[in-house]
Amino acid sequence: MYKTLTAALALALLTLPASAETFQERAAPCLACHGERGTSETENTPSLGGQQAPYALIQLFMFREKLRLFEPMNEMAKSLTDDDLRTFSDFIATLPKPAVPTDAADTARMARGAALANQNRCNTCHNPDYSGKENVPRIAGQREDYLAKTLAEYKDNSRHGYDATMADVMQTVAKDQIGDLAHYLAHQH
Amino acid sequence: MIDTSFASRRLLLAGVFFSAFTLCAAAQQPATPPAAPAAQPLPPGSPMIGRPDNEAAAKLAPVAPPPIPAAADKLPLAKLKVPAGFNIEVYASGMANARSLAQSDKGTVFVGSRLVDKVYAITDKDGRKSVKVIASGLYRPNGVAFKDGTLYIAELSKVSKIEKIDDVLDNPPKPTVIYDKLPKDEAHGWKFIAIGPDDKLYVPVGQPGNNVLHDADHGQIRRMNLDGTGAEVYAVGVRNTVGFDWNPETKQLYFTDNGRDWLSETVPEDELNRVTKAGEDFGAPFCYQGNIIDQELGWGKDCKNYTPPVGLMGPHTAALGMRFYTGSMFPKQYKNAIFVARHGSWNKSQKQGGDVVVVKLNKDGTVKSVEPFLTGFIEDNKYVGRPVDVMQLKDGSLLVSDDWNGAVYRISYGKQKVAAK
Repeated sequence: MYKTLTAALALALLTLPASAETFQERAAPCLACHGERGTSETENTPSLGGQQAPYALIQLFMFREKLRLFEPMNEMAKSLTDDDLRTFSDFIATLPKPAVPTDAADTARMARGAALANQNRCNTCHNPDYSGKENVPRIAGQREDYLAKTLAEYKDNSRHGYDATMADVMQTVAKDQIGDLAHYLAHQH
Repeated sequence: MIDTSFASRRLLLAGVFFSAFTLCAAAQQPATPPAAPAAQPLPPGSPMIGRPDNEAAAKLAPVAPPPIPAAADKLPLAKLKVPAGFNIEVYASGMANARSLAQSDKGTVFVGSRLVDKVYAITDKDGRKSVKVIASGLYRPNGVAFKDGTLYIAELSKVSKIEKIDDVLDNPPKPTVIYDKLPKDEAHGWKFIAIGPDDKLYVPVGQPGNNVLHDADHGQIRRMNLDGTGAEVYAVGVRNTVGFDWNPETKQLYFTDNGRDWLSETVPEDELNRVTKAGEDFGAPFCYQGNIIDQELGWGKDCKNYTPPVGLMGPHTAALGMRFYTGSMFPKQYKNAIFVARHGSWNKSQKQGGDVVVVKLNKDGTVKSVEPFLTGFIEDNKYVGRPVDVMQLKDGSLLVSDDWNGAVYRISYGKQKVAAK
């Protein structure tokens, strides 16, 4: 894991234009909240490990353009150039995928979550192992609190997707089902 | 374009039944596999509804464009092909998700967007183009139209205007809302708008999903006065039109309409329709392409009760922006022909569309031929660009927008006068 990360950082450094600040220094504030090795230990803050680069790029773009609102991220992305966005999203994709959650899965909730995931065919766009593809994010092993928060935001349309697929998908998922769905997805790896 | 799909209950039930036997999610769990979930329809806007359960179909999903516009030197210009005698050049670039086009009487070109929040203006000063953002913070501002100094902008669920736009390009006021009695559905909610020869503003409301029954507020084209008053329904049975224009000779409205997803690889084809009288019904979601009764919703219906299309535009090709050519720069055979931008399919294993075609009409206004005009946007079954709208400039050249690259191209005929960048 460390080797991969170091290699990724080295690669990222090579591709960056000469800058007073190294890429490592620039990425440090990201990793401080999102986790050093792809796994976030911060409440409501997503793990970035193994995330799809095109998805990460879209999110960073949306933060910069204030199409997705979250003040700390809007602030961080404000001055990033297009190339910066690409460099950071490519870097994010090289982080090791999130660690297996330490809390034990609740059997009943897992069963309900699996049924919901099947019924809504989450695996069509997010892949059978929920690793995501292209502009569709990895959700396997994502933090449960972040998943629940995000699904709720899609449901009440307070988070606008790049396109509107998730707003549509969440129409028939009831509020009280979101917890089980999040629990199930957080325990995929 | 991204067409969201919708619900076929029969297929849905089949899907739920099928998935109970697949390994996907449940089998990965140590827990006892759950009982089949209670029958609960997928949301009408879900692109998954109606999807048959097979491997090839499972690979298909709406295609999202890159968020960042391509740099001018990274545009696929060298790959784009036009007929002999025509030239293509970059008109302007750097406009994320460039979509619908409109032009002011002073020559300013306005460009809407769908996945970002901006409307752009391209100005031309002695051949030098510059791009300004004239409105931002809008919600899916796909539609733009211009009349008597005023720019009209259509967001997902409202239409607004900026008066004397050419005088305020450097410091435009916020658009003033003129009409907002529109549904808020995301699926097919973005809008193309245009102003007709009757000086009315035409505003479509798509069906809120791939193949759905809906209320009387959807699946139509409305028209209204330019101040938003007097709105009335002009055409119904319209699934999702993202481009229309009026025949310069007959003044009849022609519009493209996108057919439903998931029926098959080869049908239904997108439609080119003609409105001969107000209130006409074009069939969706009961009858597609004039002769296919929908396998789920069409029971008890008959295609002969709906106006058939005058032309078919290919399966899933996403025929979007279209305009009649009235200029004199292009050869005579193009006079009063229709240029149609086909955004390109997602719901098809081998991509189709992703080009501009020219539709030539018979004297009676029916379609004589559909021929390729601008091609080269698909490479190895992947998009290198996606055309959205076409618009004739005053000099008779043709603009084409590309939301994949955030650019607008210009097609001219004859000895090329290279426009300075």
